[in-house]
Amino acid sequence: MSINYSERIPNNVNLASNKTLQRALEHWQPAFQEWWKEMGPENSTALDVYLRTAVSVAPDGWAHYDYVRMPDYRWGIFLTPAEAGRQVNFGAHKGNAAWQEVPGEYRSTLRRIIVTQGDTEPASVEQQRHLGLTCPSLYDLRNIFQVNVEEGRHLWAMVYLLHAYFGRDGREEAEALLERRSGDSDNPRILSAFNEKTPDWLSFFMFTFITDRDGKFQLAALAESGFDPLSRTCRFMLTEEAHHLFVGESGISRIIQRTCEMMNQHKTDVPAKLRALGVIDLPTIQKYLNFHFSVTSDLYGNEVSSNAASFYTNGLKGRFEETKLAGDHKLDSVEYPVMEVVGDNIVTKPVSALTALNERLRDDWVKDVNAGVSRWNKVPEKAGIPFRFKLPHKGFNRRIGAFTEHHISPEGQVLSEATWTHQHQQWLPIEEDQAYMRSLMGRVTEPGKYANWIAVPARGISNQPVNFEYVRFG
Amino acid sequence: MNAPAELVRQHLIDPEICIRCNTCEETCPKHAITHDSRNYVVMFEVCENCKACISPCPTGAIDSYRRVDKSRPHSIEEQFSWDSLPQETGPDAAQTPEIPEEVTRITEIATAGQGGPALPPWSAAHPYVGLFTLARPATASVTGNHRLTAEDASSAVHHIVLDFGQTAFPVLEGQSLGIIPPGQDSFGCPHHVRLYSVASPRNGERPGYNNVALTVKRVLADHEGHPVRGVCSNYVCDLKKGDKVQIVGPYGTSFLMPNHPGSSIMMICTGTGSAPMRAMTERRRRRIALKEGGELALFFGARVPAELPYFGPLMKLPRDFIDTNLAFSRVSGQPKRYVQDVLRECAEKVAAMLRDENCYIYICGLKGMEAGVNEAFAEVCRAHGMDWDTVLGGLKQTSRYHVETY
Repeated sequence: MSINYSERIPNNVNLASNKTLQRALEHWQPAFQEWWKEMGPENSTALDVYLRTAVSVAPDGWAHYDYVRMPDYRWGIFLTPAEAGRQVNFGAHKGNAAWQEVPGEYRSTLRRIIVTQGDTEPASVEQQRHLGLTCPSLYDLRNIFQVNVEEGRHLWAMVYLLHAYFGRDGREEAEALLERRSGDSDNPRILSAFNEKTPDWLSFFMFTFITDRDGKFQLAALAESGFDPLSRTCRFMLTEEAHHLFVGESGISRIIQRTCEMMNQHKTDVPAKLRALGVIDLPTIQKYLNFHFSVTSDLYGNEVSSNAASFYTNGLKGRFEETKLAGDHKLDSVEYPVMEVVGDNIVTKPVSALTALNERLRDDWVKDVNAGVSRWNKVPEKAGIPFRFKLPHKGFNRRIGAFTEHHISPEGQVLSEATWTHQHQQWLPIEEDQAYMRSLMGRVTEPGKYANWIAVPARGISNQPVNFEYVRFG
Repeated sequence: MNAPAELVRQHLIDPEICIRCNTCEETCPKHAITHDSRNYVVMFEVCENCKACISPCPTGAIDSYRRVDKSRPHSIEEQFSWDSLPQETGPDAAQTPEIPEEVTRITEIATAGQGGPALPPWSAAHPYVGLFTLARPATASVTGNHRLTAEDASSAVHHIVLDFGQTAFPVLEGQSLGIIPPGQDSFGCPHHVRLYSVASPRNGERPGYNNVALTVKRVLADHEGHPVRGVCSNYVCDLKKGDKVQIVGPYGTSFLMPNHPGSSIMMICTGTGSAPMRAMTERRRRRIALKEGGELALFFGARVPAELPYFGPLMKLPRDFIDTNLAFSRVSGQPKRYVQDVLRECAEKVAAMLRDENCYIYICGLKGMEAGVNEAFAEVCRAHGMDWDTVLGGLKQTSRYHVETY
């Protein structure tokens, strides 16, 4: 199943056989390129970047590495090969053949799901567009560009579905995806986490570790969809998403490692002293973790949601790894615990598992984030430093769901307005922290050199050494 | 003595680098990968080393191997408990390697110039020797074969890449391996083993791959110029991608590079004698970022540039990394220059390197070059107030002088 790169839009969906669709996408392509030029990575047009490009969707083909001039990256449409005899695997239609066309009654719901997912892809490129100017190394610069081009490709994946299956409405939505702008007060991106700023590399690594992991869980839930083209699209996107999570997890891990080295070298854990040494003290990293964790937690929506229930019952969006789960796959007589605030206490109550699907996906995500955090903790542990990172309580700093009207401490205590106002600066990044982060952001572009605040990675990309010239300046 | 342990390369996942993304488990066509809440692991008995998981892994953690006794691989339970990969363990040190008689004979001839086999530099890595024998050779697959010298050059030198798959064949720069050509000679006996120096560094022709490179000249005439078709060299130069080759070795405990920071290497070679020099140079190049110091000086002779193996890549190496001095003996319109002439031209540098106790000297190529190089060293010494015989004695005593000529 190789991909034909001689076509204007590389694809493995036999685009040439559907002239109308091909023309519609070829019409959208220049608008995408314009958007990339305007909102893609700043000052990147003359760079040759050692990128991974898919040449086929088989295991040995989708991770092909070579130098690519950034604007010439071939964004294309790649779907995981169809699975013969695939069925709708959950909900009311369980056991029916998976849909190859959009069922009329779910048309607008599916369109909304696809648009919401699609909107996050260009949003993150916009959020990260200035970061290339302050990269801590060529290795990291290459990594952020890889993340960016693949977010661009994920946009293509969603736009293909809109064009191919949703007619004129779909085409209009595809255009609107290029018109909204992250953080724009008049025409913002749909989800609030995607309108936050990503002003520095600590934020970028946290974003790829935590928020791209939300992407992983959303895509995994959509990969279970009874609408087969959506499932196949998301399955291929998931293979690419893993790299983004790696960039985040290893990025933070390298920052922690560097800080631990300096703590041991200078026998200090005093944040001010560590800042004077030009590294990021561990409590500041914890604050950024608290912030990104809580803001991303909101992306899963309300704990109890009738929308989530109908997405499931209608076979549009499953649970994480639905087909691997035991049980009835209809959820009409099962319960799931959710939290709520009663007086000064947080209590857990069982609700119908169908309405709690947002919460369940959030819990799966929390477990995954937590596993990553415990891997970070191996770094101070190995260095003999007692500090450990910890995820805040699910109710901490929330803007959506059962905790919206309450102030919850990272340990899970319900706080008064006064106590929160008094204490929240210890838990979330404040202007002083952000200013310190800005002060660290220089630009390192000599092969093999790394900024002072981050350790050299354990391995290079695709077996290349860490001093490889990952980006060539034209 | 117990039967020697059969070493294999066990495919493992580095738990310190892995992000538990499940890509490998999803990709593996043999379902050889599984996980618990802590680690992703590879089932030794199931993995066929098809490499389908390697490039999809976003972290490189999947590209990890350890040499193990085939009868005692790391179980998945053991792997589940790891926070990091275990140290590499070697074969039982008490085992006496089995060296074929002809290998001993060839080694004696090759090292005659340094007075027979000698000790390696004090900081050399420990070499494995004779892991695979005539009775039990290793099988490697050919993954590359291309001609290094120009099509119109008088000699055909090939660059051969051999992949050992799951077989552990640990080899250091300066070591050699033996190839057993298939078939029998005119007396109905199996062909003799031929030795070839490895041209790639210890971590593979491609870093992290279980492969080695060889530099092999197609022999069409003997030393006197009489037409003779070399059995093994022609076999090797004709190998095609995918062909299987029977290998014995590795061999060599002396012609090994120093590893301590600040150590310098002087390399003097002709023709395919460049193979170990390429291996050492590449080892150093891959470690540039570590800034370990030490100089590399290369004195390389060939008839014409088109016959000099690796001429292109060599010319691309930065001057501050390696001081390359070439001598060509058959360039029309130019006087004949041999390596000894270039050594004389660089007398200052050569004298300083002879004096530097952190500099190690390696000579590899045709026997004929030895006398000329000796004379040049003697001359350089005289001009700098040293006595070559005394210097040479000191060099040998401190394992700083290594010769392999044939």
